[in-house]
Amino acid sequence: MRSSVRFSMSAAILISLLCSAAVIAQESHIGNLVGNAKSGKALYVRYCIFCHGPNGDGRGESAPYLDPKPRDFTKALFKCRSTPSGNLPLDSDLYDTITRGIHASGMPSWKPLLKQERVDLIAYIKTFSSAFQEEKPGPAMPIPPEPPNSPESVKRGAELFQSMNCWQCHGKDGRGHGPSAAALTDSQGNPITPFDFTSGRRFKCGESDSDMFRDLATGLDGTPMPSFATAMTADQRWDVVHYIRTLSNPKARASAKTDANAHGNE
Amino acid sequence: MTKAGPMKNYLSLLIAVIALPTLSLSGRVSAAPASPADASSLTGQVKFEGATPKQARIDMSADPICFKAHPAPVTTEDIVVGTDGSLANVVVYISEGLTSHNFEPPQQPAVFEQKGCQYKPHVLAMQANQKLDVVNSDETTHNIHPSPNNNREWNMTQPHGVPIEQTFAREEIAIPVKCNVHPWMRGYIAVFKHPYFSVTDKNGSFNLKDVPPGTYTITAWQEKLGTQTQKVTIGTGEAKTLSFTFKQ
Repeated sequence: MRSSVRFSMSAAILISLLCSAAVIAQESHIGNLVGNAKSGKALYVRYCIFCHGPNGDGRGESAPYLDPKPRDFTKALFKCRSTPSGNLPLDSDLYDTITRGIHASGMPSWKPLLKQERVDLIAYIKTFSSAFQEEKPGPAMPIPPEPPNSPESVKRGAELFQSMNCWQCHGKDGRGHGPSAAALTDSQGNPITPFDFTSGRRFKCGESDSDMFRDLATGLDGTPMPSFATAMTADQRWDVVHYIRTLSNPKARASAKTDANAHGNE
Repeated sequence: MTKAGPMKNYLSLLIAVIALPTLSLSGRVSAAPASPADASSLTGQVKFEGATPKQARIDMSADPICFKAHPAPVTTEDIVVGTDGSLANVVVYISEGLTSHNFEPPQQPAVFEQKGCQYKPHVLAMQANQKLDVVNSDETTHNIHPSPNNNREWNMTQPHGVPIEQTFAREEIAIPVKCNVHPWMRGYIAVFKHPYFSVTDKNGSFNLKDVPPGTYTITAWQEKLGTQTQKVTIGTGEAKTLSFTFKQ
């Protein structure tokens, strides 16, 4: 009896040591900066815990009041990535999201934090899922140079918007109420609305044409937005980007641009 | 959690030294397929007891291509019961009792087809790391979106005729699959680490082939009705039969 108690105690110590090893083993790299999960934890507790929760599962105290819901880091499923659908994000993808924030959600830009602090946060966020230790993210998907935007490209894009069934969710006029829109849920089962391209609002994963191109290539994992990597050639994806640009109201676009400049990306 | 220092490094090294040989011993036992003479088989039928549940009508009018593919009304495939009470789309598999744990995935890919804006088969069973060919035989564009718990989630658009190759690395029974473009579409992919599984056909029949002799727990899984288990012992060369009955 006594020996079994001693055994379970030493097992518990071993497990806790292994866990602490895992926390410290998780690193992140942005340029020359190396993130430290321990420092990241202190920052997380100060800035992130209210929404993303102490366990990183997106069940923080504010979560019930937020729509969309905070990311559940234990699933290691991220919308804004440069890697193919089904892959982990690169450190640089997480860094870009933290820096940019996610427009039209509760996630603000954390650009006010030091670069090193943001890199430390990434190292800690990666400790919430074992996936970051078991798998390597795929390579970033290539973004070839953008061909010139022309009426022909827009016309081809309009045809693809139809044939690729984009309209089933985003609607024929891009307003986000296609026939399937009402039934959409994210991977946690919460209702989710397709993007309204006429709103002139900033896109979640970045505002530039190449950000849009990348979204089409990678899909937004954890949402109904799929990857079009095998479905469309690179030229076709650029055509769709050009077409989507025409859907928004020019006035709304102008104000969105000043908004984007005010918060600007790094 | 915050404990650190040389002690910890020393311990993890020690663990690694102990764990490594153990791992290499347990790994890579060859699949050792029983020779046909020794091989046993396990066949049987799954039945549904009670009034046949009514399936809901599917309205495909949102996509004219889907709509035109079905001259007759289409219904959901949650519980498919034959006239004699046989229950289709039930996954029957060995859930406990296998002594070997390493099985190479078959060379032949598993095929999951989108046809008439429905999944064919409605329930697919395959082995972990086996190649999965996703086929779109419809003229419309689908997106194939599995929602796993134990595997990586992916979501790919698939126009007509464009091949998609994927796989699942870990066992999971079963992964729901949906198409966000066509919200009525729903299917399942069951992933096993061994080859001893079977999905009942429209006669409710299943067939587990080349089962090595032994005592096993056999589980039958149905998407809406849950699971049932039975213990069975199979001798060398023996052909056993089993039956399962689900109720609502």
